[in-house]
Amino acid sequence: MRDVAVIGIGMTEFGEIWEKSFRELVAEAGIKAIMDAGIEGEEIDALYIGGMSTGRFIGQEHVGSLAVEVAGLEDLHIPSTRVEAACASGGVAMHQGYLAVASGMYDIVVVGGAEKMTDVVGGEATNILASAADREWEAFFGATFPGLYALMAKYHMHKYGTTQEQLAMVAVKNHYNGSLNPKAQFKRRISVEDVLKSPMVADPLHLLDCSPISDGAAAAVLAPLEIAKKYTDKPIKISASIQATDTLSLHGRKRFDALPAAQHAAKLAYEKADIKPKDVDVAEVHDCFTIAEIIAIEDLGFVEKGKGGKATEEGLTALDGEIPVNTSGGLKAKGHPVGATGVAQINEIVLQLRGEAGERQVKEAEIGLAHNVGGSGGTAVVHILEVI
Amino acid sequence: MGVPRYWREIPSRYNLIGKKCGVCGKIYFPPRSICPTCRRKSAGKMEDYKLDGKGTVESFTIIRVPPPEFEGKSPYAIALIKMDEGCYLTGQIVDCNLDDIHIGMRVEACFRRIQEDGKRGAIYYGYKFRSLKS
Amino acid sequence: MASIVGYGAYVPRYRIKVEEIARIWGRDGKSVSSGLYVFEKSVPAIDEDTATISVEAARNAVRSSKIDAKKIGAIYVGSESHPYAVKPTATIVAEAIEATPELTAADYEFACKAGTAGMQNCIALVESKRITYGMAIGADVAQAAPGDALEYTAAAGGAAFIIGNEGIAEINDTISFTTDTPDFWRREGEPYPGHGERFTGAPAYFRHIVSAAKMLMEKVGMKASDYDYAVFHQPNGKFPMRVAKMLGFEKKQIEEGLLCPIIGNTYSGSTMLGLACVLDVAKPGDRILAVSYGSGAGSDAFDITVNDAIEDYERQNIRKMIENKEYVDYGTYMKLRGEFK
Repeated sequence: MRDVAVIGIGMTEFGEIWEKSFRELVAEAGIKAIMDAGIEGEEIDALYIGGMSTGRFIGQEHVGSLAVEVAGLEDLHIPSTRVEAACASGGVAMHQGYLAVASGMYDIVVVGGAEKMTDVVGGEATNILASAADREWEAFFGATFPGLYALMAKYHMHKYGTTQEQLAMVAVKNHYNGSLNPKAQFKRRISVEDVLKSPMVADPLHLLDCSPISDGAAAAVLAPLEIAKKYTDKPIKISASIQATDTLSLHGRKRFDALPAAQHAAKLAYEKADIKPKDVDVAEVHDCFTIAEIIAIEDLGFVEKGKGGKATEEGLTALDGEIPVNTSGGLKAKGHPVGATGVAQINEIVLQLRGEAGERQVKEAEIGLAHNVGGSGGTAVVHILEVI
Repeated sequence: MGVPRYWREIPSRYNLIGKKCGVCGKIYFPPRSICPTCRRKSAGKMEDYKLDGKGTVESFTIIRVPPPEFEGKSPYAIALIKMDEGCYLTGQIVDCNLDDIHIGMRVEACFRRIQEDGKRGAIYYGYKFRSLKS
Repeated sequence: MASIVGYGAYVPRYRIKVEEIARIWGRDGKSVSSGLYVFEKSVPAIDEDTATISVEAARNAVRSSKIDAKKIGAIYVGSESHPYAVKPTATIVAEAIEATPELTAADYEFACKAGTAGMQNCIALVESKRITYGMAIGADVAQAAPGDALEYTAAAGGAAFIIGNEGIAEINDTISFTTDTPDFWRREGEPYPGHGERFTGAPAYFRHIVSAAKMLMEKVGMKASDYDYAVFHQPNGKFPMRVAKMLGFEKKQIEEGLLCPIIGNTYSGSTMLGLACVLDVAKPGDRILAVSYGSGAGSDAFDITVNDAIEDYERQNIRKMIENKEYVDYGTYMKLRGEFK
């Protein structure tokens, strides 16, 4: 297996992008990444695109072909594959791209992720997102996606004394970070009181504990590390790309205070990259809900299980903290176009490791981690990236 | 949702018919075709097993923003319930003051309308849970 | 001779006071309540209907009687509020008590007496040895137009009876009195019933119940004072008391089975719930007269003798179930009834 590097990144602004269609978003992110990598179209060997539910959001499946067409690559007839793993679609697309390059099958691979969520109205988006849960045994009975994370939140609060204020602090921090990210959906800073006063969605989760409905796309260009320098002065090495799986339903899991798949992926990723959790300088974690970030920093070993709320309160994960988490604003503030999220996380980590993150730059960031989750924890992908 | 998809789940939805591993004896609900502990040894040996319907609330939430199929029904409680047989499932808790629901609460299954396919479509029934009076 | 092998009842947990309904319509709640002799009525939860009530009652009956549900050869569900116009409630019940597939099942409609009509069918099938056990259910989530007089009483509840050869009470005889009397109806596709107001009294309720009761008592050679208990259909609290008096029964004979004042009129569930309450307290040898009434119109009368087996029977304590209640206001009531379009 060869070492793999990220040689280019690109993403659209995230948010309610009323004027742009799915294909325009895909084109924009892809072109930016290709420009950033400085590659020619002829050099691209394969394409992977993550999308959670294009069929239901815009009535369009077969987006592998669509991506090739919008990129103007049809005459090359390269393989293009759509990848789906709910909210981890982007992360799994990254993993597929990584495998394709590492195996030696392809040299230059473009990985994309995209979702256009605002073309449906009312509760339809909620309903589509619920298809990431177990339709027959969870959603059928009225469980919503926020509802499943609320079950985890209530459990965590009961078991460890995590508070609503601590949950709110995740949102406050991520909105602050979002205010420093020009591409974030929410650039508005909020207070703990704002979160607690926002309408309840699924107790104990308020509206401001939840990530938004967003449009957006992100892309990354991968190449074997040995030739990466040919394209860029700042190749970022993927020192681990691990995907793990668990039951589709929350009730089928061995525990409810953690995402065992994420714990498993993290453990293997640290082993592969030969680092310890404390070596991570910056992390993007899957904060689809505030509780998810608290559980994530525990699962990733940044803090002991049960201490995530307290650690957040103490500023461990703040921009100037020991391990800054979700410097982009996270799913919470940057936005969460589900299929794009996993690739957008890679964009942020690459920016941080290149030292190009502007106002939100973490000093001397050399090792970054991205943690992407599908559903309520049925899929987890952990990537560790390093400056070389 | 089409009618066949609902119809084929009737035994489990009406009567909590799960599966018991013929090798290790562990009970599963919703039904599984393979025991994740015994795996290949359990293939073809998963037997129907009816749950007693009693359990304990492991966690719960109150859904205030419902999906389209549950519009007009909110707020309602969804719980993660540990059944006395050891398996967990997700279901609504009904017939109680939402403020009275708590982790550790004892519940029993009851038979309710779950959702309906619009005004003209089929009505889907199944289990929900209510407080178990001692 | 067919017997009652078991019974089970179900009344939803929610209640609304008659005074609360009267408040909305600017009526004097106390006088409405005392005029009807109904104080509060049961209200189904948002996810309850005739099928769910029937299933709960049927499960209680199977549990208490300890019979094997697979031996039930017929299930009839009588209601005027079946969840489907076409598609039986009885099959839902049959599946939910695991009685399928070797049985016959059907839904009945005869205003408030469809459940007792089902009982008569079960009796016939048992006595003709066609089936081992038959289950008859009377259940309703009664409809009433907002503001209509029926709104004060239209309630929800039901009871299931298992009929077999040997049980806790023998059904000595049953007769019916039937005429075409349009005192109350609901047209196809209409959400609420209509009625003939005072016409529902003398020529309808009173004529049919009195006639059926007298015919049956004459046939079995009994007089009012020979009975320990009597149950009459309860569209309100007043009618059954008046009809009891007309037939020579005393208040103490009907009190045990009179539920309407505290749960309202459960329509097809009414007479059967009353009878179930009587069985909850009856002793071996007690004699019971039960007469239903269904608008349109007809009455089914039953002469029943409780036997020794009742002593070992696991009774449900229906009145205790009824005491477990929660009051709702009129707005909540409308939400639970699905009245907001």
